[in-house]
Amino acid sequence: MISDLFNLTVILGILASGIRLATPYLFASIGEAYSQRSGVLNLGVEGQMLLGAFFAFYIAKLTDNLWLGVLAGMGVGALMGLAMAFVTIHLHAQQGISGIGFYLFGLGLSNLLFQLLIGTVETVRGFPRIALPLLSDIPYVGNIFFNQNILVYLAFLLVPVSSFVLNKTTLGLKIRAVGQNPEAADSLGVSVAKVRYFTVIFGGTMSGLAGASLSIALLNVFQQGMTAGQGFIAVALVYFGAWRPWGVLAGALLFSFVNGLQLWIQVLGIPIPSEFAVMMPYILTILVLTVSVSKVRAPAALTKPFEREG
Amino acid sequence: MMKSRFASLIDALLPVFATLAALLFGAVMLIILGVNPFVAYQALIEGAFGSTNAFAETLVRATPLLLIGIGICIAYRGSVINIGGEGQMIVGALLSTWVGLNISGLPGWLMVMVGLLAGTIGGCVWGGIPGILKAYFNVNEILSTVMMNAIAVQFMNYFLTGPMIDPAQAEIASQIPQTARLPEAIRLPRLVPTRLHFGAFIAVILAFLVYILLWHTTLGYRIRAVGQNPSASHYAGIKVKRYIVLALLLSGAFAGLAGAIQVYGVNFRMITDGSPTGFTGGAGFNGIVAALFGQLHPILTIPASILFGGLLVGANAMQRVVQIPSALITALNGLVVVFVVSSEFWRKKRQRKRLSVSQDEEHREAQAGEKQVTPAEKAT
Repeated sequence: MISDLFNLTVILGILASGIRLATPYLFASIGEAYSQRSGVLNLGVEGQMLLGAFFAFYIAKLTDNLWLGVLAGMGVGALMGLAMAFVTIHLHAQQGISGIGFYLFGLGLSNLLFQLLIGTVETVRGFPRIALPLLSDIPYVGNIFFNQNILVYLAFLLVPVSSFVLNKTTLGLKIRAVGQNPEAADSLGVSVAKVRYFTVIFGGTMSGLAGASLSIALLNVFQQGMTAGQGFIAVALVYFGAWRPWGVLAGALLFSFVNGLQLWIQVLGIPIPSEFAVMMPYILTILVLTVSVSKVRAPAALTKPFEREG
Repeated sequence: MMKSRFASLIDALLPVFATLAALLFGAVMLIILGVNPFVAYQALIEGAFGSTNAFAETLVRATPLLLIGIGICIAYRGSVINIGGEGQMIVGALLSTWVGLNISGLPGWLMVMVGLLAGTIGGCVWGGIPGILKAYFNVNEILSTVMMNAIAVQFMNYFLTGPMIDPAQAEIASQIPQTARLPEAIRLPRLVPTRLHFGAFIAVILAFLVYILLWHTTLGYRIRAVGQNPSASHYAGIKVKRYIVLALLLSGAFAGLAGAIQVYGVNFRMITDGSPTGFTGGAGFNGIVAALFGQLHPILTIPASILFGGLLVGANAMQRVVQIPSALITALNGLVVVFVVSSEFWRKKRQRKRLSVSQDEEHREAQAGEKQVTPAEKAT
């Protein structure tokens, strides 16, 4: 039975589902990478994703316009980011704990609104697949990489763009400086607060988009607590990827391929209890964090509030 | 003197203000939803504290919050952020249920103790692993405890639908994920006719013991020292890594005990509904809320957990009376956390002001003193 996994169609199937499953992780983790690079640990990603997923679904259903849904998801994520930014930057609230608060808030509010406004399982017709001309005709690979919905392409595009922004632009330099040595950045005239507001709000926006990608592009349904810990994993992937977009991509892909593998194990009826299959990605994450994190240093000012002397 | 007492009173009341602010926010939401907030909150309060039975339910709901909360006090005082209460509680409950169902021949009271101990050990293991990973492998404990939560939930789903499923459920089609019932001899005694059980008293006693541990023993002093300044503690000869592991391990122990008490005192079996919080009812997260509200002080966490236990019980009453889903209370709990950690800002700000005032005074006194002392010193 295990040998069923080593069959070309199955392997291609695992890869294709892995690519799709990586989408929400990529949005949320890349967004989180910006805010952590600037020194803010946003643990509320899960709550932002849930609210993003709900509003995207609700607005898409209401207006029959998927892009308005995406905008709504991003908007509510941005608002949550703004609130997180205000409490951590201006009020110096401990980041790990306030993030848990925002998680509970997002969880409760999305459940509340779902029960009041929708109530039952409803579906929405999500984003269709777009087969890129020529590229999708490449045997095997084409169907995996170039026959996905638009949000999948956007998520993967975000990686090189973010790598460029963080490493090659003035904005990226400011973000890294603020996360590494806020005092020095401040003395050079960089507004630490402004940079952090930008990254945390951007991170929230991306988390909202991650939620939207779940509810109107991947699963096309909203369920209570549907993110099921993905927001927390997205935060873990940033550590996993050593705060670099390409590293985050590697982590998201590894995690999603293992997730795709466990889905196929269940589909093929391989006699491993499904619960153990579902566990695999989490165990893998802990193992990889154990062997990798010790070598890479976090941004020096991560979780530390900044205050000007005097 | 009067002034500083007034200031410390305000400091102590900050969490109360934070809760009131959250409730105010909730009132605005209720008005938007077309519900009279007074009616809703009245239903909530009556549902939580309106009768003996309601109050007993509140205490039952508060017990796991208090146990997890005092564990959180230890962890956060040691500067480790334990978000793994959910998983630790689940593993504790699993282990204690297994012991209760499979070991027999001991007298009932001894069996209960063995069962609760098994739960505590389960929690220790589930908290200790992230502790070791943090201390010796530099793995962020926030992330590892979250992962351990997800793993524990899968273990629970596996055991409750598989090896440990109630034989009666295994035969019928519905297959509710639950274990068989514990024999009557090994259940925690109850204050009939309510469901209030002996576990609530255990939790209160432990809260006092943890207070003594943290502030009146060397062990507690070292945990707090490591939490406040790890490098200074290291130079003072404290084995920092060991205390990081210990803080998480102890924190897990109380969560594991909470799981065992839930089984031995409330349901007499382990039962879930398939969702991650199906067994815990979110106690792993709400325990953090209670501990923060109690300013990470184990004794203050007692009233705090009664308050949040009440909110959770009252939320169901509110749902019945005004048809507002009890999820509202989850959202408000989240806001309480945010407001409480934000209100620290004003506390610190005022503290600094007080400090700088007293420093100025000291400075002046010292200057005045110097003039007198210097000649005397010269003389010697």
